Amino acid sequence: MSGRVLVGVKRVIDYAVKIRVKPDNSGVVTDGVKHSMNPFCEIAVEEAVKLKEKKLIKEVVAVSCGPQQSQETIRTALAMGADRGIHVEVTGKDYENLGPLQVSKILAALAKKEDAQLVILGKQAIDDDCNQTGQMTAALLDWPQGTFASEVALEADKIKVVREIDGGLETIKVNTPAVLTADLRLNTPRYATLPNIMKAKKKKIANVKPADLGVDLTSRLEVLRVEEPPQRQAGVKVETVDDLVGKLKEAGRI
Amino acid sequence: MAALFKARKALRLCLSGCRSLSQLAELPETHQILRQTCRDFADRELTPIAAKLDKEHAYPAKQVQELGVMGVMAMEVPEELGGAGMDYLAYSLAVEEISRGCASTGVVVSVNNSLYIGPILKFGTDEQKQQWIQPFTTGEKVGCFALSEPGNGSDAGAASTTARQEGDEWVLNGTKAWITNSWDASATVVFATTDKKLKHKGISAFLIPMPHPGLSLGKKEDKLGIRASSTANIILEDCRIPLGNMLGPRGAGFKIAMQTLDSGRIGIAAQALGIAQASLDCAADYAHKRTAFGAPIGKLQAIQFKLADMAVAIESARLLTWKAAMLRDSKKPFSKEAAMAKLAASEAATFCSHQAIQVLGGMGYVTDMPAERHYRDARITEIYEGTSEIQRLVIAGQLLKEYQL
Repeated sequence: MSGRVLVGVKRVIDYAVKIRVKPDNSGVVTDGVKHSMNPFCEIAVEEAVKLKEKKLIKEVVAVSCGPQQSQETIRTALAMGADRGIHVEVTGKDYENLGPLQVSKILAALAKKEDAQLVILGKQAIDDDCNQTGQMTAALLDWPQGTFASEVALEADKIKVVREIDGGLETIKVNTPAVLTADLRLNTPRYATLPNIMKAKKKKIANVKPADLGVDLTSRLEVLRVEEPPQRQAGVKVETVDDLVGKLKEAGRI
Repeated sequence: MAALFKARKALRLCLSGCRSLSQLAELPETHQILRQTCRDFADRELTPIAAKLDKEHAYPAKQVQELGVMGVMAMEVPEELGGAGMDYLAYSLAVEEISRGCASTGVVVSVNNSLYIGPILKFGTDEQKQQWIQPFTTGEKVGCFALSEPGNGSDAGAASTTARQEGDEWVLNGTKAWITNSWDASATVVFATTDKKLKHKGISAFLIPMPHPGLSLGKKEDKLGIRASSTANIILEDCRIPLGNMLGPRGAGFKIAMQTLDSGRIGIAAQALGIAQASLDCAADYAHKRTAFGAPIGKLQAIQFKLADMAVAIESARLLTWKAAMLRDSKKPFSKEAAMAKLAASEAATFCSHQAIQVLGGMGYVTDMPAERHYRDARITEIYEGTSEIQRLVIAGQLLKEYQL
């Protein structure tokens, strides 16, 4: 096994920012807004770096798809301990329309090209909340998947994954190579240490175009409109339980 | 080969010169990542507990350790000694972001870096560096700096703490006052006079481990602000240390202290910037949310002018701080700029925190909002590591030299 792990890191609007919808309702305002690494991607990077520290894998490669600024996200992954980066350049309209289908095609192509043993992604991105990229990537590669991982343990030629599911925790074993997606409780991402931030400067980030990987970026989806969620309405107080049941029936809720 | 080295050196000098001007406009990528990392740490680990630390006068031991792991407790120290091997510009960015979360933690970081490790790094022997710096890089141990006395703060040359040689030991007697980190420190740099007749040229610097026989601590001062950092007297009563514990040459103590404070000023300027920025953030956030006269108060010119004045005060002090740091990093004289930075930043901190309370109105006066804590934390920055009056003297001294008066 190559001992190489591919980690996807997405540049998203920072979780603390107040999102504003563009006046033309075509999307949200991103210009001049603070961006950072998707929190679930941070957890994915942390898991990969931990595996490397335990000497269970040999190399961590951080991948990001997007414009020039995505390189900052890759650098943060390098500062956390990734060995090198791959920046897949996607700009303009292509970037606006970039979604899980396109990204998973890119990641699948890279996983094959880099002879990866493992692909670790965040379970979802906090901007689109799709929760699809990991699953699609596994399907395209015809690899098993361990999604919503809250615990990962590498055994001889299998990986034990504890998954967070609605009913509780599910433990599965998958063959390698595999795709894993990180859930919140998988680990607590480290703060980059200053020496590692310095070292990250010297690590390489390769530039790749989707066309080089034979990936077609055409989107099957069209965003029609983006709106703010409706303003929360005031509630109504009722005197008795009967009144409450009556009101719920009126609203068609029961 | 020699020609290659010369060419590389020339290129590096040229690049560093070019870099320093553009650095004022946009920080290099490593510094941006560093700044973001420290900001994330402050937002997640310090801001949520800062009020509690202040209320309980509690030393942030866990957070200091985590900062140690990151390398923030020994930023300038070379990697071989366990430090981060970064420059002073990086250090001032780190202290600002940490202080923005918790000003007390900021001063713990600053004192350890600039006042304790600083002089040992500059004036210590290799052995002293191993013994007195390496264990203090991890955040498990912090150091302190004992110059001021009950009888003299600004008048540092009038030190009355004495050190006499007895055989193969130095014996120190006297009291040091207002020592930051004292109750949490594992070592101190102490200034004592070895020759009273030589006045300030008779002062020498010493390294004393803590605890140590003959060294005791006065009561923890109950301060207006930066309450999570301990401040107390250090009392020396026939405190005996080996001869090898003298730092630098005999009689060089005053010079060591002054040079150390020059650098320490950049750290305190950064701390003041953090407090000022936190005040502005608090005021701007409130102005956005609080409505009066039918609209958010941020729409009122009176409030807008305050926010603008705060922003100008902070940004100008910040640029002065960065410039002082960059001059120091280029090994150029920086005393004047460091004094200017500390003066500007500390006055910006008191101004911004004052105005933040004004913007918040009644809410600024209660502990539910952090504005009152910023107000209390800011005040000390105009006093320690050289009062604003001393800074003005330092600046004027340099200025007059430049004008050849």
